[in-house]
Formats: sequence, structure tokens, C-alpha cells
Amino acid sequence: MSAHPVSLAGEPGVDVEQARAFGLAPDEYRKIQEIIGRTPTYTELGVFSVMWSEHCSYKSSRRHLRTLPSKSELVVQGPGENAGAIDVGDGWAAVFKIESHNHPSFVEPYQGAATGVGGILRDIFTMGARPVASMNSLKFGSFAHPRTRFLLGGVVGGIGGYGNCVGVPTVAGEVMFDEAYNANILVNAFCLGLVRKGEMMSAKARGVGNPVLYVGSATGRDGIHGASMASAEFDKESEAKRPAVQVGDPFTEKLLIEACLEAGKTGAIVAIQDMGAAGLTSSSSEMPSHGGLGIELDLDQVPLREANLTPYEILLSESQERMLIVAERGREAELQAVFEKWDLHAVVIGRITDDQRWRARWHGQVVADIPIGALADNAPLYDRPAAPPKIQPSAKTSAIKHPETSKALRALLDSPNVASKKWVYRQYDSIVQSNTVLGPGSDAAVIRIKNSRRAMALKVDSNPRACALDPYLGAVGTVCEAARNVACAGAWPVGITNCLNYGNPERPEVMWQFIRGVEGLRDASIAFGAPVVSGNVSFYNETEGHAIPPTPTIAVLGVMIDVARHVTQFFKNPGDAIAIVRTAAPSLAASEYSALFGIDGGSLRAIDLAREAALVEGLVEGSEQGLIRSAHDIAEGGLAVALAEACFNPRAILGAEVELGRAGNADAVDFFGEGASTVILSMAPTDLARVEKLFAGRGLEFAVVGKVIDDPRLKIGSLEEDVSELQRIYEDAIPGRLRGDD
Amino acid sequence: MQVRVFVTPRTGILDPQGRAVESSLQSLGFKNVSRVKVGKYITLEIDARTASEARDEAKKMCEALLANPVIEDYRFEVDGE
Amino acid sequence: MKWGVVRFPGSLDDGDALHALADVMGQDARILWHKDESLGGVECIVLPGGFSYGDYLRTGAIARFSPIMKSVAKFAADGGLVIGTCNGFQILCEAHLLPGALTRNRSLSFVCERVWLRVENASTPFTRATKLGDVLRLPIKHGEGLYIAPEDELRQMEERGQVTLRYVDADGRESDAANPNGSMRAIAGVANERFNVFGLMPHPEHAVEPMLGGTDGLKIFQSIAGSAR
Repeated sequence: MSAHPVSLAGEPGVDVEQARAFGLAPDEYRKIQEIIGRTPTYTELGVFSVMWSEHCSYKSSRRHLRTLPSKSELVVQGPGENAGAIDVGDGWAAVFKIESHNHPSFVEPYQGAATGVGGILRDIFTMGARPVASMNSLKFGSFAHPRTRFLLGGVVGGIGGYGNCVGVPTVAGEVMFDEAYNANILVNAFCLGLVRKGEMMSAKARGVGNPVLYVGSATGRDGIHGASMASAEFDKESEAKRPAVQVGDPFTEKLLIEACLEAGKTGAIVAIQDMGAAGLTSSSSEMPSHGGLGIELDLDQVPLREANLTPYEILLSESQERMLIVAERGREAELQAVFEKWDLHAVVIGRITDDQRWRARWHGQVVADIPIGALADNAPLYDRPAAPPKIQPSAKTSAIKHPETSKALRALLDSPNVASKKWVYRQYDSIVQSNTVLGPGSDAAVIRIKNSRRAMALKVDSNPRACALDPYLGAVGTVCEAARNVACAGAWPVGITNCLNYGNPERPEVMWQFIRGVEGLRDASIAFGAPVVSGNVSFYNETEGHAIPPTPTIAVLGVMIDVARHVTQFFKNPGDAIAIVRTAAPSLAASEYSALFGIDGGSLRAIDLAREAALVEGLVEGSEQGLIRSAHDIAEGGLAVALAEACFNPRAILGAEVELGRAGNADAVDFFGEGASTVILSMAPTDLARVEKLFAGRGLEFAVVGKVIDDPRLKIGSLEEDVSELQRIYEDAIPGRLRGDD
Repeated sequence: MQVRVFVTPRTGILDPQGRAVESSLQSLGFKNVSRVKVGKYITLEIDARTASEARDEAKKMCEALLANPVIEDYRFEVDGE
Repeated sequence: MKWGVVRFPGSLDDGDALHALADVMGQDARILWHKDESLGGVECIVLPGGFSYGDYLRTGAIARFSPIMKSVAKFAADGGLVIGTCNGFQILCEAHLLPGALTRNRSLSFVCERVWLRVENASTPFTRATKLGDVLRLPIKHGEGLYIAPEDELRQMEERGQVTLRYVDADGRESDAANPNGSMRAIAGVANERFNVFGLMPHPEHAVEPMLGGTDGLKIFQSIAGSAR
């Protein structure tokens, strides 16, 4: 039996106050004392505080997340590994996940966003999958807010700076501007990888005596637990020790991708995990714990960027581009040779043990010795109280004064939320790897699988305005929208990953929003038969008591049987019939129109999930049969905006002539209403009857409303607009605003 | 011996960064600003016996790698000079 | 024809070049590792796009010192065909195998989009399958593609026909708006004096399949394949 670990000279004393400074509640501190049977050392307290943090332990969300469906016949890997995986056919598994990097991006937008991209990439390639596509969902404050331009430029620059340099195309995304995010921006990064089924790597350690290897960048003081630094005990040296912003090094990441994938092929890797949040601590405790084992670390072997890091700092550092690997005993040299080839060094820093303890040595002393399960798998779980807000969010009650239709259309196209995001996505390499069949600028991205006819469609969506009105319906609607977009491209929605962004879960109304959101996600996931295989929760998105609106960000993966049948949102041929198909009538609730003109949009309608699923089926079958020439989902800005967007074909702009007839009265609700799941289709007139049967046969409302015309004019009833003029407004909205201050 | 190397865009060469900084400074009210150039500042240690030996080494390094003579000028300072 | 695509640490479009040559065109193409000095008997060397060595210090500045670049320089001096796209172009300039240099885009932003290019010299081994004045549609994706060379050198290059591709609009006309990075004289691609080394910022390897946005890039590779010694 080794002696108890000791605190080191110069370290602050450990008591309930120090625990509080680390963000641990008094109850949690007592539980730690109980578990280890003594007062923890300073290092141990730090380790517990990060592992029991909301971010690592999911202590407020876990019991609710367990209710999400995570199985289907296509699921290869559900929650519990670094990312989830779905069988996409021809022997391939798609590995994907979305994660938030909200707080760091607000502090330092370029590095915050860059390291967010880096982190999600590592979650994918640690599964043995080559990252093949990235997406992101960004929420900024209002465009007029003084900090928005700085944050937008920084975040977009960081995503591009990192993503472009590692050779993973950024193929889709969403960007929203709303004053609700003035003090809390959201940066959610998604990555998709491909791996041969059966070649997946794991984060579950096995094999007592197996060596633990550290690979990648050296450890510095970046991102060490900020809470402790704010405490009063620290002297004037604390300024120099303040947690540094994490800086990303995409070049090292690229080397890690290639080296780890190559090392995986040797079969000498037992388990691998990124040193992400809580760095060495989380990876070194989670891998053995998931395998029912223990670990002994020799911190003196950890490569350091600067001398004099304490064990506490080494264990809690969040320096980027570092991996921890459990190797087959005796095959260390084989792995080290692969990493050397890529100019990376793999260093043995510990061994797997059978005693289920997490033990760290430094300078000949044991500095931490903790039952491993207490860190990784048995952190406290909370069933936090939840209650609907006392005052239901009341929509604005201004008199309804609708602007003139043409003016409204132009104003909507000029709204940064509706307008072209080309200024953003042209800063991203969207074509590297030669798989991007459909990149940014259409509804969903389409990524082909080489040497296969199959392809994958990807879409990320969120709808915080709807979630603010009703967190359940908003979440259901968000999943429906993402699934529908994937179906518009011609793919079956088969899997979901989510990033749940909310305020402080210790407030009952936030917890209620969260629970309702999870329930909505659950019900919609069941309806589409698309399980939730991975995800991330980001709480505490609030400033001075003001939380962001509930923002569940949903990414859907779709599978397409034949990539040649993929469908884009753009009208193709003059003379084609235009039809709209929908599950319900539109409304102005939570619409861009209501937000822009300060109009009370009313409340959200119920959503009939059976009809939503039927719409998805009709869309995919229609494209598989080659009947649909274009399909565009109606989103922000409603029908009129969507029709205009369908005319903006990058090959040659076209026009459309539409009469709403039985599909509406041509009022603001018809033109600009959202909320209903509505898709604009175009097809050869000869295929009309077959397309109608696909939808009407499923009980959906289907109406032929017009035709595509050669003349680039958009005519909807009495409204008539020049499409090039609309496109100019649409394309110049964001660059124009950015030029404004020059 | 510590060496400080300054690499700057050659005179007459388009320097979009410098131009952007200049126009930004002017829009902040610094109307008297002109000829802004953005370059690189590199510090390094050279194991050399004399300053002149360090200078010779530094010059070789600048010409081989640290600066591109097509677009950049360089100068350097050796500790103690 | 035997092709070698050099893989530097940080190369990104090496796989794309290999895919274009081997899978799409059925050529005998292989990867050459930057630490090797052997070129394996290839007849054309491709320096691919990417961010070799992170593009730290200057784009291409560190890659040019890779062991394989000694062999590439010798291969070029012996008249062998070398093409560099994007980062490969930057490396060739840094290695003084091509004149000039590439610096930050005028906009200071990375730009990924399809552009039009006019063929200014159709008699090089890299453009032989095109006609003078042809307008090609190829993607660019770079942050540092602004081509710079001293004025007198540019004049000589123009006279000798080394300026091979220029950014133009869809109708083949030069304009400021059609110049995506602010390159001097809208230069997108240049050859050396002997016309056996060619660099261009656009990516022909990303325009070889109709489903992925066109096939104009094939014309560059077909030109080279047709020029085999």
C-alpha cells in the first residue's frame, strides 16, 4: 500500500472554501472526502473539480439525455465513445458529432473557433475515421451591436484558418444574428468522418500492463481551470499564471490525423482519446474506467512547453493537439516509428493497472490516488428542479401594420439572417478531398463516397425563436427542418447529433426549457427513425441573468442510394411545373418577417410528426425515381424568399410565375409565413401526376402553383420583381454592412 | 548571442496588410499616418564567439530562409551592438 | 505516363491530384514522400496544394528545403516536367524554379470560388491541349495567391510567353473585379524560361469530374500527358 498522496510545498490549503473556488458545492466536497476517506490534495481537488464540472460530467443533463433513442439497425456506435457512428452502406460507417465552443469564442473569437474545429476533428479521427466534412452553426448578436463585426470576422477567420489548413472541407452551416446573442455567441462545430466498418478505434482501455503513450504538442498552461485563478489566495504572480487562451496549431493537427490513422492500421492501438476538456485528466481516467481498469501516470515524462509546471497544471492543462493512446504492450516502438515518420513524438507516460485507481506520480511522490470510477463514470448526477417560466414569453403587441409586399420581400432578402452567406463560406475550403457534390449555398450539403454510388447529405439547423415561444415544439420543428432539408437533397435521414445550448440549469425555468427540448428531440427522432448517436450540452450561456433563447442545434445525416439522383434547390428548366407540398398552413409565429417588422406572429402550431415523416418519404422517393428537378425547403423569409432563392441558379438565373390559388390568399402569411413544413418543388410537366401521387397519396397538401420561366422575373400574383435585382440585394446584404464602417 | 531580425515588405511592393492598417488608422483619426508596413520580427539565439561571427551567421540565415528577397527586405541586430 | 505527386507534411490536395490522375485519367501515378530523394523514375512531378509546414514563416518557404526538393531541382534542370498548383506554385517560387513570389490576397481573406482563366500561351507542355485565348473554369482556394515580380522581370516574362494563365471574367476579359487576389497583371499561372516548370494558383485537379463542377482541369493534365518525352 503506497503512502497517501501529499500536497506540495507552496500549494494553497484544501478546504470547503478552496473547493468552492474551484466550482465544487459543499455537498460535492464532502462526497469527495467520503470517497477517498481523507482530505484531498490540492491536485486531487483540482482533478475532481474539472471531472465533476457540468462540462465533463453532464451532471444536470445526463438523466434526461438517457431518454433519447440511440438505436436502430444502422447504428454502429451510439453515445459513449468519442463520437457516434451510422452504417451508410458499402462497408462504410459515418462517424459524426457536433460540439460547442461558445465561451472560448466569445473571449477570443479566432482561437476559440479554431480550437473548436480542432477538438471536434479529434473526436472523429480518434474513432479511426478520416474526417471528410465539417459544418458549423453560428449565432451572433445583432449586426448593429458594436462587437458583432469583430466576433464574426474572428470566428469565421478561425474556422477557415484551422479547417482550411487541415484539409477537411467546410461544406455547410448556418449563421444567425439576433440581439439575444449580444452577450453570448454560439459556435457549434460539426465533423463527419468515414471509416471501414470493423476498423473503428475505441476509447475503452484493456490489458493490464499496457503502456500509455502521449502524442502531439507539448503541454503548456493554456486553458487551465479559470475558477481557481480568480480566488483571493493568489499573490501578484497570479497574473503571469492566468489561464492563457488556447491556441490552435492546425499543422500539428494535420500530422496527428495522418499519423493516428496510420498508427491505427498497425493494430497496436488498444484505445485512443483526445486530451480535450480537462486534458490529461479526463482522457487518462475515462479510458481505463470504461474498461474497468486503473492507471498509473508518471507526470515527469509528460512533454512540457515551459519548465516548472506543477502536477496540478500538467493534469488540468487544455493545450491543444494532444492525444493519449493505450498501446499493446511490446508494440510501443512500432507506434513510435509511425509517429516519428510524421515528425511527432510518442512518449510512454504511464501503464494500465488492475486496481481501478487513478494514480499520478511526480518527482518521486504520489500526488493523486483516487478510485477511478469516482472521476469518470460516477460523478454526481442531479435531477434539477424544472418549472415553466411564470410569465409565458409574450410576443410583441404592436399594432399589425404590414409593409407593402415588394418592400417586405426586399427587406427580408437584405436581412443578414436571410441573405446569402457567401461572404462567410467563400473563406472556407469546401472542395478539398474531391467529394463535395453540393457545397455551401444550397439546402443540404452532399458528400459522395468514392468508389460507391452512395452519398451522404448533411444539414445543421436551429430555430431559437420558435424554441423561445415553445421549447418543445421548437425542438421538434428544428429536427423536422434538418431532416426535411436532407430529404430535399434526396437522402434518407438516418442519424442525428445535437448540441444543446441553454442558460444556467440551476434556474428551474432553464431546466424546464432543456427538458422540453430533449423531449422534442426524442419524439422527432423516433418519428424519423433517426437515432441520436452523439451530442454535447452547453449550459451557462448567460450573462448577468439573461440567458440565450433555448437553442438546440440539430445536425442530421442522410444517406443517398445513388448520388447521381441528388437534387438541388435551384430551378433547372424553363417550362417545369412548380408545386408546393406542405404538412400544414404557414404562420408568422417565430418568423423572420415578424422579427424584422415587429409584428406579433402569434403562437406556434402543433406539429403532426406522422405527416412530417410522410413528407420526408415522398421527397426521397421522388428523387430516387428521378421525378424531382429541384426541391427547396421554405425557411426564414417564407415562400416569397424561397421562390427567389430557387431562381438564383448559379449556372443561369431563371424566373418563376406563380399563382397561389387554393394554396393561399396571397397575404403576408402566405408570402412570408414560416413554421409549416413546406417545400417548393419543380418537375417536368409530364411527371406532375406521379409527383402528386407521391404526396397526395400520403395525405399531404400538394398544389401546382406555377411554372419556371426563362425570363428572370419573379411573379407571384400581382407581385413582380426582377430576379437579378433581388439577387443583388441578397448577395450584397452582408458585404454591404461590413463595408459600411470602412 | 541574441539576434533580432526584422523582415519587412520591400519598398514599392504591394503590402495589403500595411494598406489595411493604414486606412484603419486613418479612419480612427490618425490622419498624419502614412507608409505603414507590416512585417515580421524574429528573435533567435546564435552560439557564436563574437558578434561579427553571429552577424555572418544571421545574414546567411536571412538569405537562405528568413526573408524572401523578391518581396522582402531584412535587417538584424546582434546583442550588444 | 508516370507521375509522382509529392507529399509534404501539410500537403492537402495530394490525394486529390492522385485521384484525378490515377482514378479519373487512368494514369500511372504515385505519391513521393518528401523525405525521400528518389523520384522513382517518374516523368512528371506534381507539387500539390495545401499548407506545407503550416505555411509558417512564408508559404512554401520551409517545404523547399525538404530532401526531395534537391532531386526536384535537378530533375527540372535536366528538363523534366514539374507542375505546382497553389502551395506547389508557392514552393516552386521559393525554390527559385519559377520567377516571382506569392503574397497575401489583396482582400486579406482566404477565398474559395470558381474563377475563369484565359490561356495566354497554348504552346507550353502544360497548355498544349488548349487553344490560345481559351477560357477555362477552375477553382481557387488560397489566402496567399497575389503574384508579384519586379516590373522589368514581368515585362521579360510577358515577352517570352511565360505568363501562361490570366484571371479574366466569363467573357475572357480582364478586369479588376475578375482578379480574385490582386495579382500583378492578373497573373494566375507562369512557366519558367525553358517551359518545363509550371505553377498556377488554381486547382486543375479539382475540375476533372462533371459532378464536382466541371472538367476543364483535365486539359492541363492531358496537355502534360501528351508532352511526354
